[in-house]
Amino acid sequence: MAGLAAAFGSGAMTNTIADIEEADVILITGSNTTENHPVLSSFVKRAVTHREAKLIVVDPRRIKITQFANQWLRPNLGTDVAWLNGMMHVIINENLYDAEFVEKRTEEFDALRETVDKFSPETVETITGIPAEDLQAAARLYAGAKTGSILYCMGITQHTSGTDNVKSLANLAMLCGYLGVRGGGVNPLRGQNNVQGACDMGGLPNVYSGYQAVDNPDVAKRMEGAWGIENLSTKIGLKATEMIPKAHDGELKALYIIGENPLVSDPDLNHAEKSIANLDFLVVQDIFMTETARLADVVLPARCFAEKDGTFSNTERKVQRVRKAVEPPGEAKYDWEILCDISSRMGYAMSYANSEAIMEEIRKVTPSYAGITYGRIENEGLHWPCPNEEHPGTQILHRDQFTRGKGLFHAIDYTPPAEKTDDEYPLYLTTGRLLYHYHTGTMTMKTEGLNERAPESFVEISAEDAEGYSLKSGEIVKIASRRGEITARLKVSGKAVSGTVFIPFHFAAAAANKLTNAALDPVSGIPELKVCAVKLSKAA
Amino acid sequence: MTAENTIMINGNTLSFEPGETILDVARKNSIDVPTLCHLKRANPTGVCRICVVEVEGAHKLQASCATPAVAGMVILTESNKVIEARKLIIQLMLSSGNHNCAIRGHAGDDWTAFQLQVQKSDDSDELCPVWGDCQLQDLAYRYQVSSDPMLETQIPYPMETVNPFIVRDFSRCIQCGRCVQACNEVQVNLAIDFGYKSGATKIVAADDKPLKDSDCVFCGECVAVCPVGALVEKDARYKVRPWETQKVRTTCTYCGVGCQIYLHVKDNQVVKVTGVEDALPNHGSLCVKGRFGNDFIHSPERLQTPLIKENGNFREASWDEALDLVANKFSRIKNEYGSDSLGLLTSARITNEENYIAQKFTRATLKTNNVDHCARL
Repeated sequence: MAGLAAAFGSGAMTNTIADIEEADVILITGSNTTENHPVLSSFVKRAVTHREAKLIVVDPRRIKITQFANQWLRPNLGTDVAWLNGMMHVIINENLYDAEFVEKRTEEFDALRETVDKFSPETVETITGIPAEDLQAAARLYAGAKTGSILYCMGITQHTSGTDNVKSLANLAMLCGYLGVRGGGVNPLRGQNNVQGACDMGGLPNVYSGYQAVDNPDVAKRMEGAWGIENLSTKIGLKATEMIPKAHDGELKALYIIGENPLVSDPDLNHAEKSIANLDFLVVQDIFMTETARLADVVLPARCFAEKDGTFSNTERKVQRVRKAVEPPGEAKYDWEILCDISSRMGYAMSYANSEAIMEEIRKVTPSYAGITYGRIENEGLHWPCPNEEHPGTQILHRDQFTRGKGLFHAIDYTPPAEKTDDEYPLYLTTGRLLYHYHTGTMTMKTEGLNERAPESFVEISAEDAEGYSLKSGEIVKIASRRGEITARLKVSGKAVSGTVFIPFHFAAAAANKLTNAALDPVSGIPELKVCAVKLSKAA
Repeated sequence: MTAENTIMINGNTLSFEPGETILDVARKNSIDVPTLCHLKRANPTGVCRICVVEVEGAHKLQASCATPAVAGMVILTESNKVIEARKLIIQLMLSSGNHNCAIRGHAGDDWTAFQLQVQKSDDSDELCPVWGDCQLQDLAYRYQVSSDPMLETQIPYPMETVNPFIVRDFSRCIQCGRCVQACNEVQVNLAIDFGYKSGATKIVAADDKPLKDSDCVFCGECVAVCPVGALVEKDARYKVRPWETQKVRTTCTYCGVGCQIYLHVKDNQVVKVTGVEDALPNHGSLCVKGRFGNDFIHSPERLQTPLIKENGNFREASWDEALDLVANKFSRIKNEYGSDSLGLLTSARITNEENYIAQKFTRATLKTNNVDHCARL
């Protein structure tokens, strides 16, 4: 998100989901689309099969969507900046870029040109393993279209170079002029139902709702007025991935966790668990007794989505209604209700009649949501920005100009991932989700059928690597990194490419995140969950 | 309006756009032509022929879903000839399998024998699992077609129940092909197709393997589009009848696509989930988690009361006690170590309204900007 915001001025998906079906070329990278966004993947598959749109997939695994691709490029883990610079090198050298767009709508092109000049396809091949001619063909395919859509997900962002990766994708799209048009754009696919909304609402350490900076005194003053208080902090707060080490060091004393399970989802779990145990006081508010909740001093029962009125904002910035269908179990309450109760007990009275009353306050303090009322989204949601009640919402961002004015090219050099393989840890590990489970499995593992389809963790490996280790599919293996080890069943699969194994992170019993590296992207604070070095052996 | 782009349906002159079928023009003008195999967002196949209409000058009745409108066409959608044809099609379909909806006819012992045989096959003493929710049954009523069997039909393929989500009941399949189109053209999962042609047609996955051993990803699009009782959600089969439930429209809680869904509620339980057709972003499509993965809502493991840990174990507490404890602890730590010693992780799972309150609480009450969520994980 930080990467897109730096390039365009807004970190959200530039286009809509429906729009994907109108693209002439689609570039998917770092997204296992058919498993993680199945319904959205159908838009891509339909574009390819019905409209003969071209599809380029760049991914370290031979995931299902590669079957629909005109080209599948297989980069070494953590080398995204290199192949992206390489594609731009070809596009600029062969004069395939949109010179008019670059001239009128962007700045800092010369710096970009200078940097990508070093990334000839041959140089890129040595870094990424992608054959030079394949990279050239992909560059020509992408740049040769009328419009192109880029879809990406955590395979791009969960790297120490995650922000650089995203900026590079923005560079590529701007270079070809694929912004502000139908079927174009740079589109981050949000993995959780309301990640977009949590960001929009200011669930971030640096911004209030609507991305208003906390370190801007004018904003703070306005919020103080709206909330009827004084002394709002203008110091940027800690990111989630910074809170954990601060808890470890004893600087963070108390943590209130709502609906998250960092003890399965965080990198380097052994360290995370020690850190959380070091807190003076931990409150967990959730619908289940999660691995994290077990460590809490107080656990508070919340309603689930089927028991709530409210709104979610989906990956395409569309604010849609959530409606209460059933009564909550026992004494479970709305998350907002619990927080208001505690706030009032701490001396700042907060009270609302219902979720709609909260939305009315959100509209007053959040310019991009100002025009969104429950009445207007009764049947069909609205895409923000929607600045007033007459505004139809914004399906495509950056139409006439970028949110920040001109689109900003970033000249980016390649930096390798934080951890490399060596003699002791000779294999790369990457992690992700499966179709049948969701995140830490708290919800999906309550459905027997889903467990039947995906009962346990596994280590996905290529037939060649399995043979090299004299291991068979179905054997239990020990897999270790510098941070921990787990045992899991080996699964020989055509999805795996030799040298790299994959483990889904859903399963607490064989938690992939005991192995992963907590090294962070310096800007976004996102950990490098997608690359680390491991070793494999037969379990004793 | 010029004659160049008009047709006449049931005496009304109607305009059309090039490329539109007779059915498109009829639907646009609220003329009800029945369909079974026709599937929006897929290429018309005309295979079921229930949508036939009479076109002046044509030798045979035309399938309106697959016949392009041509200027000057004169069309009747409910002529005697059309009605007779539809009745025959419906009766053939009804007698092709276990359609025990008891609509009309079945003189004497025939019905009893038939019903007993179907009950055995279904392992249930109820009428068809989609009774009251079946397009073939609706048509049988509309055209008052007897369900007296026209020919003795043997169902050559046993029911498939070995996967956790979908029951495939070939005895009720009318081979309209909607499921095949939904799988191949709408979701593009390419898991099922027509197999064993010429008289013994069956919808097959891979080389006629059970769905669980095929490319099927259990999105359930086939179940959603099946006009009869051949494909039914396993959990809802015989347990959920549409008149017992209320549908509540909401947004799916899994990934960021934000599919629009209906929660079907019976006795305060979500018993079934379907997609909202004609609504963006999903046009009724769902994935396996959204359609079949909602058991967690009523899990007995749901937290029901506040819990306070004492000597390493949790005990139940009242809301007052728990909230007082949290408020006091946070106030004390804030006073002793300062606001920045506190933090809150809000959630990408809860609503916008709740996220707004979470950051407001952190900033206005705790007086720190230490608020974040798991967007990065």
